[in-house]
Amino acid sequence: MGQRPSEQSTGAHIRRREWLSVLWRAARTRRGTVGLALVAFVVAVAVAGPFLTRVSPTDFVVAPFSGPGPEAPLGGDALGRDVLARVLAGGWLLLLMAAAATFFGVVVGGAAGISAAYLRGRADTLIMRSVDVLLAFPSLVFALMLVSILGPKLWLIVLAVGLSHAPQVARVLRASTLDISERDFVKAVELQGVKPRLIMAREILPNLITPLTVETGLRLTYSIIIIAGLSFLGFGQPPPSPNWGLMINENRIGLQLNPWAVVVPATLIAVLTVGTNTFSDAVARVALGVERRAEGIMALDAFALEALR
Amino acid sequence: MVNRVAAGVITLLIVSAVVFAATQVLPGNAAYAILGHNATPLRLHALELQLHLDRSAPEQYARWLGGLLTGNIGNSFSNGQPVWALVAPRLVNSAALVLVSAVIGSVIGVALGVVAALRKDRAFDHAVSVISLVVTALPEFVVGIALVIVFATVASQVLPAVSVLPPGTWAWQQPELLVLPVATLVIVIVPYIFRMMRAAMIEALESDYVEMARLKGLPVWRVLLVHALPNAIPPTVQVIGLNLLYLAGGIVVVEYLFDFPGIGQALVNAVSNRDIPVIQLIVVLLAAFYVFMNIVTDVVALLATPRRRIAR
Repeated sequence: MGQRPSEQSTGAHIRRREWLSVLWRAARTRRGTVGLALVAFVVAVAVAGPFLTRVSPTDFVVAPFSGPGPEAPLGGDALGRDVLARVLAGGWLLLLMAAAATFFGVVVGGAAGISAAYLRGRADTLIMRSVDVLLAFPSLVFALMLVSILGPKLWLIVLAVGLSHAPQVARVLRASTLDISERDFVKAVELQGVKPRLIMAREILPNLITPLTVETGLRLTYSIIIIAGLSFLGFGQPPPSPNWGLMINENRIGLQLNPWAVVVPATLIAVLTVGTNTFSDAVARVALGVERRAEGIMALDAFALEALR
Repeated sequence: MVNRVAAGVITLLIVSAVVFAATQVLPGNAAYAILGHNATPLRLHALELQLHLDRSAPEQYARWLGGLLTGNIGNSFSNGQPVWALVAPRLVNSAALVLVSAVIGSVIGVALGVVAALRKDRAFDHAVSVISLVVTALPEFVVGIALVIVFATVASQVLPAVSVLPPGTWAWQQPELLVLPVATLVIVIVPYIFRMMRAAMIEALESDYVEMARLKGLPVWRVLLVHALPNAIPPTVQVIGLNLLYLAGGIVVVEYLFDFPGIGQALVNAVSNRDIPVIQLIVVLLAAFYVFMNIVTDVVALLATPRRRIAR
């Protein structure tokens, strides 16, 4: 592998298809189908939602916390706005921010982990020490600290959440890279004098698709949890914007009067995170292969156990 | 051992420098944060002098670090109280919350994990495994809200929905106020501990030494307690440690949700008010907890390993 440019490109091409094939096979397992269906449902609500309602999510249409009725199918919220309209309009930004934070975290963490393992020596020490420092901040606390300085800017939250994922991703990918960089095909390319950067990009990265895919899924779940949690704490989109996390906080004082204003957004967030996590587990199962699945170990646990060693 | 502690202290020093740099040296400085819209150049200058913002960054940091170690880190921006006096009682309450949750969660998680491993692929194992896969993915505030709906508002009102403590009382003096926050945290951490315990136990049960012990004709309880369990403990200790760390972040949302007077709630309030000295202290405390727990779990896992691995 990797002796002539033409062979390299075929290699990368096959790897790309392998990545799709892992996802495809995962989607066809029962667990994968269920996970994907749950995610698809919430994504459909969040994406199509804003186009499905003619009521403005910020208009006062009924009495505060009034129950479901012909005016508002899910009743009114703390200020008498239509809960259904707010639910339909309040999800897309969460999805977008979670996806962006995950992407950022996996790219930064992946680059750091691969470089640390492949370059070794001082680079490894420096990167892993930084990882240790970042790890000492719980993700939510890290985000809160940054928010306290610059205010609850949405880009800042994406950046903070992404950065707080990077250490975990770096650890996992460093372990996988250590394993791969000892293989013969890497040694062969090294002897040809290919630059480390090219070796990492062309030889090592394509072989890390399995841990990368699983990590991305896991991180996506956590991103959603943290970003929705920040909104719940009041550090996300400012009121009066509709936002699932914020809705739960705004309306929980009226739980007795109109529980739907809390239950519906909370359920949508829960279905989403359960969906992404279930699908990630399905991907991990497929990636680990049949023999490990037969052992009955839950696939994500096998990854976690390996990361501990 | 000594190396680990030294590494921990260095990590903590860097962490404190990062916290300090992020919250004090970056633009939008503290004086500006306090005065907000009332900032006139004159007032700004006076306050900068008072907060020593006119000194160089390393000097400010040294002064702050010294204060942190001697317990004198100035006053809260929002109410003028000494920061340490504000945070200390809350720290005790949060510690109680974390400790109780961790103990209950670990016992339930380990027990479920061992039983599921012994009945691998039977109905109990499948049921608990699927439930844990679902619950793992739930955010704390969703679990907490669900508990509030079931036990404190809509479905029944057997427990208080908020855990407001009168000033001067401790969390354990009113145990009923602890029930829902603890239950939320337990539900959040049990799945992780269960899954790790189960995986580790299955691996131990399928190992050669357990097979050997079985073939020798040892009774089942002996195989289990003497041969399998000790080998499953180290990874579980690490997972329990990881979960304690996770609790350090989890208390923020749970304390806010239940109005529980701990450092998590204080952090949220401080961030809303841009009360920088309080934010700095709480973030450093949480990070210190992380570093300390990391060392403790490493050492315990090491001691608990039957092979007694030598420290790297």
